[in-house]
Amino acid sequence: MLEVRNLVKRYGTHQVLDGVDLDVAEHEVVVLIGSSGSGKSTLLKCVNLLEDIDDGRIVLDGVDISDPRTNPDHARRGMGIVFQAFNLFPHLTVLDNVVLAPKVVHKVPEEQARERALELLAKVGLEEKAKSYPDRLSGGQQQRVAIARALAYDPKLLLLDEITSALDPELVGEVLTLVRELAASGTTLLMATHEMGFAKQVADRVCFLDGGALIESGPPSQILEAPEHPRTQQFLSRIIQAGRL
Amino acid sequence: MSAPSQLHLERLAYKRSRARRSTVVALLSTVVFAAAAWLTITNAPGWPRVQESFFDWEAAKKSFPALLDGLWLNVRVLVVCGILILVIGLGIAALRTLRGPVWFPLRALATAYVDLFRGLPLIICLYLIGFGLPGLRLGGIPNDPVVLGSIALVLVYSAYVAEVFRAGIESIHPSQLASARSLGLTHAQTMRIVVMPQAVRRVLPPLLNDFVAFQKDCGLISVLGAVDAVRAAQIESATSYNFTPYVVAGLLFVLLAVPSSRLADWASRRAARRQNAGGPGA
Repeated sequence: MLEVRNLVKRYGTHQVLDGVDLDVAEHEVVVLIGSSGSGKSTLLKCVNLLEDIDDGRIVLDGVDISDPRTNPDHARRGMGIVFQAFNLFPHLTVLDNVVLAPKVVHKVPEEQARERALELLAKVGLEEKAKSYPDRLSGGQQQRVAIARALAYDPKLLLLDEITSALDPELVGEVLTLVRELAASGTTLLMATHEMGFAKQVADRVCFLDGGALIESGPPSQILEAPEHPRTQQFLSRIIQAGRL
Repeated sequence: MSAPSQLHLERLAYKRSRARRSTVVALLSTVVFAAAAWLTITNAPGWPRVQESFFDWEAAKKSFPALLDGLWLNVRVLVVCGILILVIGLGIAALRTLRGPVWFPLRALATAYVDLFRGLPLIICLYLIGFGLPGLRLGGIPNDPVVLGSIALVLVYSAYVAEVFRAGIESIHPSQLASARSLGLTHAQTMRIVVMPQAVRRVLPPLLNDFVAFQKDCGLISVLGAVDAVRAAQIESATSYNFTPYVVAGLLFVLLAVPSSRLADWASRRAARRQNAGGPGA
């Protein structure tokens, strides 16, 4: 489904991604872990073509989307991304936020798009908020709308960028429950997170990034419980010290 | 809800008495200040002359119908130019925010336009358009001072309004653009559906402020000979050797500006409320 090869990204002289190779298979849930600044978010933004890359290749469903001849607007139609800060459109109602992409980008008839959006809002438990504006919703609710918005055009791949990091602790659960359901229903997920317990339960594969490089990857039981690389061990011991695993 | 305690009732009573006190102080100081100003002016050595030539009730009554006719012209110019300015200003702002080398000529042109007409004094622009354009004697160029004056007003104010719009567009957080693009929207769709509606809402208060300024600058078309409220006052005062019509015309412009000013206040209060209500990412 997704193949990332030798991905390099620099901001000025700072090397954020240093030759990352990553594969995500269909229906797979891949979790990126690593400290802040390790390149998790940048990797997701590069995959979504929101950042220009400095070297390497990103292939989605056999199409090289990093090729400048590929139309990025078309390439993005196969992916959805949910951000840390929700980024809902504050001037549109919850329903219009979800309807927007199917209607405008995918030319789904208005009636059909609304029906599907209401279905999705029901799925994330926010049907009754359809007519509200995002600023009337709690952070957890906003994030659930953002997930519904990203799912509205049935993307092949869903990217989740630390979607619980901006939430109050008691709101994290409702969002993670939703992601767990998505994973169970076979959605292909690539997510960056600091929720190690969640990664352990839901991930098919965990990838540890450090200094822009993919240090170690494997099933959660291996990476989170018996990491081989000293830097992974160091990272996890700090996480355990902080009581997060 | 339980009944407030004795302590809280006392607190409320004290707050009420303080509030009453400050109202009385405010009233008193206003009255004293107004009386002092009034006495100073009316006791000035030149006051009888000034009163006679600026505040003559008869002259005011006599000039009023002509001034109102003139003001009606100002209002029409205001409405037509106002709409044109909004459209052109928005267009120029959109051109100025285009990215990419393909658009360089348009971007440069828009920037040059804004630089030129924001820098050019309105009165000079009025003269150049009003007397220069017809002076070319080209076919199809209007001779009507109202039309020529309106063109000059639109040229100058569109430049200001374009900058207000541009500030609004650039104030939209990049995460909103990223979010829109990630959904597959093109740049144009992102601007139209996500950026512009938010930007316009955000700049409504400064836009209304410019509108208030524009209302009175409408009176400047009189320098080209258009018989608006200012020109009418000039004609009336020339026939009666009295300046009262200017004062009346001035008051009419003030009255015209009051609703827009209140509207601007309301808009900025609402904008402030919106801003405070937004959580992270909102």
